[in-house]
Amino acid sequence: MIEIVPRTQKSNLISATIPIMAVILTMLFGGILFWSLGKNPFETIRMIFWDPLMNETFADYARPQILVKAAPLILIAIGLSFGFRANIWNIGAEGQFIMGAILSGSLGLYMYPQESSILFPLMIILGIFGGILWASIPGLLRAYFNTNEILVSLMLVYVAEQIMAAASIGFLRNPDGSGFPGSRNLSQYPSAANLEIIAGTGIHWGVATSIIAVLFFYILLHKHKFGFQVSISGISPKAARLSGINPKFLIIWCLGISGGLAGLAGMFELTGPAGQINIDFNVGYGFTAIIVAFLGRLNPIGIFFAGILMALTYVGGELTQFMLNLPAAAIQVFQGMLLFFLLSMDLLVNYKIKLKRS
Amino acid sequence: MKKKFNFLLTFMGILCVSAGAYAADLKVGFVYVGPPGDFGWTYQHDQGRKAVERAFGDRVETTFAENVPEGADAERVMTQMALSGHDMIFATSFGYMDPVINVAAKFPNVKFEHATGYRRADNVSTYSARFYEGRTVIGHIAGKMTKTNVVGYIASYPIPEVVRGINSAYLAAKAANPNVQFKIVWVFTWFDPAKEADAANALIDQGADVIMAHTDSPSPLTVAEERGVYAFGQASDMLQFGPNARLGSIIDDWDPYYIERVQAALDGTWESTDTWDGLAPGMAALGGFGDMVPFEVRAEAMALAIGIAGGRIHSFTGPINRQDGTPWLAEGETADDGTLITMNFYVEGIEGEIPQ
Repeated sequence: MIEIVPRTQKSNLISATIPIMAVILTMLFGGILFWSLGKNPFETIRMIFWDPLMNETFADYARPQILVKAAPLILIAIGLSFGFRANIWNIGAEGQFIMGAILSGSLGLYMYPQESSILFPLMIILGIFGGILWASIPGLLRAYFNTNEILVSLMLVYVAEQIMAAASIGFLRNPDGSGFPGSRNLSQYPSAANLEIIAGTGIHWGVATSIIAVLFFYILLHKHKFGFQVSISGISPKAARLSGINPKFLIIWCLGISGGLAGLAGMFELTGPAGQINIDFNVGYGFTAIIVAFLGRLNPIGIFFAGILMALTYVGGELTQFMLNLPAAAIQVFQGMLLFFLLSMDLLVNYKIKLKRS
Repeated sequence: MKKKFNFLLTFMGILCVSAGAYAADLKVGFVYVGPPGDFGWTYQHDQGRKAVERAFGDRVETTFAENVPEGADAERVMTQMALSGHDMIFATSFGYMDPVINVAAKFPNVKFEHATGYRRADNVSTYSARFYEGRTVIGHIAGKMTKTNVVGYIASYPIPEVVRGINSAYLAAKAANPNVQFKIVWVFTWFDPAKEADAANALIDQGADVIMAHTDSPSPLTVAEERGVYAFGQASDMLQFGPNARLGSIIDDWDPYYIERVQAALDGTWESTDTWDGLAPGMAALGGFGDMVPFEVRAEAMALAIGIAGGRIHSFTGPINRQDGTPWLAEGETADDGTLITMNFYVEGIEGEIPQ
């Protein structure tokens, strides 16, 4: 008989090793999946995790590309992690990402083609503001009307997508684009472009910002009163209230931070890798960042590595498609397994499994 | 323990070597925006890829990446394809345009083929089909077959390609049946079977008894089959999805073009070109008629198709006015390609507005 027994004390050792165990289990079961699809599991897993980093044909290109793919994931996930710690669930980062891009993009497109050195900083501010604006809707509704922020933030993603579609075929459409949807390419407009910092790598300001954000929010979480308030609210809302933490204040700040960072990520993505506002602008960074936040144990340093790992599965996953003819869905299952094992193994932090003779 | 580990390493080594041993003369990659299982747009491109494999056997190796989002991800996928030794890459969606141009500039020795785009370079060709010619033919069938005089049209995005299709289908339907009316629903997706089905149901509820679709899935046809109205196969033949509903189909047939271009690359005669082929070379092809289509409608449709293929009939022949009543084409005048490529207006008689 298997019995699940609560632990008297949370196991920190298990808590720290869960991400590694989840990755190993994902490799194991992923390997079985790939094997059942008729692929060599060792080769497939090597191609996902090893080739983008070390294969001499791909690595020079793929290494910086992993950072480029990881940057928005890391930025968004760090913001989300604060709320998640305090049991405030912003599921709509995807929408905030879009709104940050639309607001900052609108300014850039409005100013086109004038060159100005303050345009890019202004667009950064508008990007953050756009995200905050969109996140403040579920934030204020939760704080003052006690609505469910999970539903409101999620539904607002679809609203944002519709605004995106309307912008691409309407008010932000490229007037020189022969009637095709999509705005002008902002990455080709020097004053608004999110330029490469290191030539030839694709590393842009968003990558630098995400690394700065890791350090900044690590300090905020561990050394600042706000980080303490967030943590205590998550562990014991009652204790938090008794110690004088205003829950409304916390809700609004947590949603504001996550929205602002998602909007910022949207702005960098728009002016850099994506280039233009278009119907398919958002490719799910806001949702994938939720996995990244949990994979990183809601800790900025952990999120950094989780973002890299997730980006690796994307970049390596593409390789397996055209090198090994693996279907794209298999990689998505593989990524899903990662979150599944991670969350299911959380059980072991607070419980232990005992074998009992019946 | 160590021995076991060594064995594992050797085993892995053998597997890796054996996988890389085989090499073809030409490696061709395909980038798909959807899944090959959509039974529409991507499915037909994948059929083209398979035709290349059949035609060249071991001389050509093909690979593909599916569900590749347009934009930064597409650029990365194509770069990695080029890095991994692909000699030729078919990018099969309009939104890959800028990524194709960027990657092509970095890999001058790799040949790129971009479907439905308009930007070219020394190593970038573009190709598309005149689907509107096929839509003229099925538009005629729709006009003849509707009893309620309402044709429902499921449109994807308001881009020239789609607007052109609506116009050509409407003009042909109107010529076949002066009382015909078009109801158009914009779904803002290329592939979303549930949304496409909702649109089809809404149109049927509004009295449409023939459904035309410019989206990629067979679901409008499936709905028509269930509701007992007519529809068409789109992009692929789709007969199996609505045997009682399907009046006919427009088929994107990329096989001949893909084989021709791969052959040119093998021969060393490949150069950058722009191809916009219609019914004549068969890039836009027509599927067989449904059993319910009467003989004289078949004959008229065939005559139209043969006329278009032979260059005697043009889908847009004046007099045609724009929706607002201003003249566009004078009596006997035909539309030039420039206007067709950027078409962003309805012709007279179509109700509603193109979403802006």
